[in-house]
Amino acid sequence: MSTSALLLLIAAMAVLGYWLGKHRSLALVGGGRGIRQLHSLPGYYGLLTALWCALPCLAILLVWLAGQESVITTLVLRGLGTAATSEHASSGLLMNNIRNVAAGVIPADGVSPQVQAGAAEYLRLRSISAMAISGVILALGLAALFWVRARIAPQLRARNAVEAIAEKLLLACSTLAVFVTLGIVLSVAYESIRFFHSVPVHDFLFGIEWSPQTRMRDDQIGSSGSFGAVPLFLGTAMISGIAMLVAVPVGLFSAIYLSEYANRRFRSVAKPLLEILAGIPTVVYGFFAALTVGPILRGFGESVGLEVASESALAAGLVMGIMIIPFVSSLADDMITAVPQSLRDGAYALGATRSETIKQVVLRAALPGIVGGVLLAVSRAIGETMIVVMAAGLAANMTANPLDAVTTVTVQIVTLLTGDQEFDSPKTLAAFALGLVLFLVTLSLNVFALYIVRKYREQYE
Amino acid sequence: MSAESTAIPVPVLPVSAACKTVGSVAVADPLISARDVNVYYGEKRAIMDVNIDIARNQVLAMIGPSGCGKSTFLRCLNRMNDTIEGARVTGLISMEGSDIYDKRKDVVQLRARIGMVFQKPNPFPKTIYENVAYGPRIHGLAADRVELDEIVTTSLRRAGLWDEVKDRLNNPGTGLSGGQQQRLCIARTIAVNPEVILMDEPCSALDPIATARIEDLIDELRASYAIVIVTHSMQQAARVSQRTAYFHLGDLIEVGETDRIFTNPRHKLTEDYITGRFG
Ligand SMILES: Nc1ncnc2c1ncn2[C@@H]1O[C@H](COP(=O)(O)OP(=O)(O)OP(=O)(O)O)[C@@H](O)[C@H]1O
Ligand SMILES: [Mg+2]
Repeated sequence: MSTSALLLLIAAMAVLGYWLGKHRSLALVGGGRGIRQLHSLPGYYGLLTALWCALPCLAILLVWLAGQESVITTLVLRGLGTAATSEHASSGLLMNNIRNVAAGVIPADGVSPQVQAGAAEYLRLRSISAMAISGVILALGLAALFWVRARIAPQLRARNAVEAIAEKLLLACSTLAVFVTLGIVLSVAYESIRFFHSVPVHDFLFGIEWSPQTRMRDDQIGSSGSFGAVPLFLGTAMISGIAMLVAVPVGLFSAIYLSEYANRRFRSVAKPLLEILAGIPTVVYGFFAALTVGPILRGFGESVGLEVASESALAAGLVMGIMIIPFVSSLADDMITAVPQSLRDGAYALGATRSETIKQVVLRAALPGIVGGVLLAVSRAIGETMIVVMAAGLAANMTANPLDAVTTVTVQIVTLLTGDQEFDSPKTLAAFALGLVLFLVTLSLNVFALYIVRKYREQYE
Repeated sequence: MSAESTAIPVPVLPVSAACKTVGSVAVADPLISARDVNVYYGEKRAIMDVNIDIARNQVLAMIGPSGCGKSTFLRCLNRMNDTIEGARVTGLISMEGSDIYDKRKDVVQLRARIGMVFQKPNPFPKTIYENVAYGPRIHGLAADRVELDEIVTTSLRRAGLWDEVKDRLNNPGTGLSGGQQQRLCIARTIAVNPEVILMDEPCSALDPIATARIEDLIDELRASYAIVIVTHSMQQAARVSQRTAYFHLGDLIEVGETDRIFTNPRHKLTEDYITGRFG
């Protein structure tokens, strides 16, 4: 049976369990009239039965899904003997061939007899395994059903049990996100450590030359590669800086205008329009930057005698800034509108003008939220990829001139991981190291934002 | 206080014959006079042809059932209604002989002369010191830091808060208790040295002890300021005020000496309200 069929089977047994449990509990007290003798409502007995039936089955199914492939692989390889593996470069390669043949991706007549035999064995084992798990699940499910049904008694605290199970399920869901994050971080960290075995941390963090081309084979001619990431950090910082120079003033001032000065009609038109900016796909911003803003900047540069690269940090930064405006403005707008009217009234009543009130009272009170929004925007700018890929170029220039082409951490991750890759080369592993740096920077930005927010938070009831 | 206020008494503005308010609307040498004042929120008329004078060094209490327009009228006096979209004021309100709604009048200067304390304490998210220093700063009342310190200290003293906060002037004002916050707001208002203080239910968020302190304070402040207070507590009106105005559904029904209003109301509606048959 396929996995989806197994899931259906489990669901069917759970429904049966609900029905059985509910009716059993009612039967025990002589029908609906005796319902008050039950500790819990009949539905809870049904739910309890269903859960006790479905959860163990699901657990078994998960274990099986996770483990069957490796067990079958071991068995197939053992059946073929060690002779087979020595012929192929590795047992992994052999197993890949076997799987492809078994799946029909590679025609069976073009491969060695060993692979054919392996494929046949593989298919046989798989069908045995599928039958076995179907049998186990059916047996386990039914056994659980009848076991719980037999234990149902009017005093059984079905509601409490169900609620305890529900709580555990919620807990599991909430820890899932934590574990996934942890898993990602650990795997990135692990690969980074492998990278740092071939390239010292110091060279990576402080080296000023980035040219990640390495030889893939011994007979290939090529440089040994150098992995000094400073040009990337500089490029990232410069583009994000330009973006923030655009986004923070424009976003903040538009938020102030919209929340403090604009009349309702203007606001009801302008605010959605501003938020549409956030809905434009980044790739569209990317070609806007590359095809429109870049040439305009270059043309303008020529007319005043400046040399502007066709792919420049300035073009990417400007467009990224435009993209980020709605993040800053909508968060700032929310925070400004959340400042109680009574604070404004207090300032007005003292004779403060509107701009004094906004500068010294409203913005002051909204500061934590605004800082949070800006930091959020910064981490978005740092992580943004598409615009820079298209508009800032790939050249890892060590430059502070925004008119030059630069490259960023994210762009390099993309280029390192696209195309033919060898998974063990420092070139590929460098992507993980860059990813780790990116992650650490974003994390500290967020921690910092939270710290500021907590420091300035004022309680308005 | 400006020199002119003491020189010639301000003449009493005539009250139109159509005014149906019972009692003595006008006073001699009024600080503020309101004549035929109407307030509209959009189409809705919230205040109807109100005539009243506000005397110097006196507490005027405004009472009346909820929604009768007390806050609305109070906010006319320092033009806080300007900040409400759709609010419109007609009629004449003059302070020492000049129309406060005059187009050429600067609302900022007006509000420096007429301070306001709100129902809920609303200290700024700044330190205690900065809360009090805010008004003097924006009006340029202090030439240097020493003078500013002096203003802050005196204002806190007069608001009866000095002893409680003198050691923590740099702590946030929002960290004080509700009663302390309200006294901080009063200190903040006194710091700009106004001539009138408007108070909109200043004690409604406070416990009886804090309320008693504020009432004592109002009584002391009366020596230097004209005070208008909106209150829902008849006892409070009787305790702190010298004159009382009773509003009903946007009309000013009756005005008079507080003792007289509470012992011998002339209008049926006033009598019903203060004897608890209404609201
Ligand atoms: N901003 C506003 N927009 C529209 N109508 C308003 C506004 N503020 C007050 N009103 C209306 O004006 C009338 C008077 O309101 P006001 O707040 O002055 O009453 P109040 O006497 O202060 O009441 P309370 O004792 O409950 O504070 C009410 O009918 C109210 O609904
Ligand atoms: Mg009110």
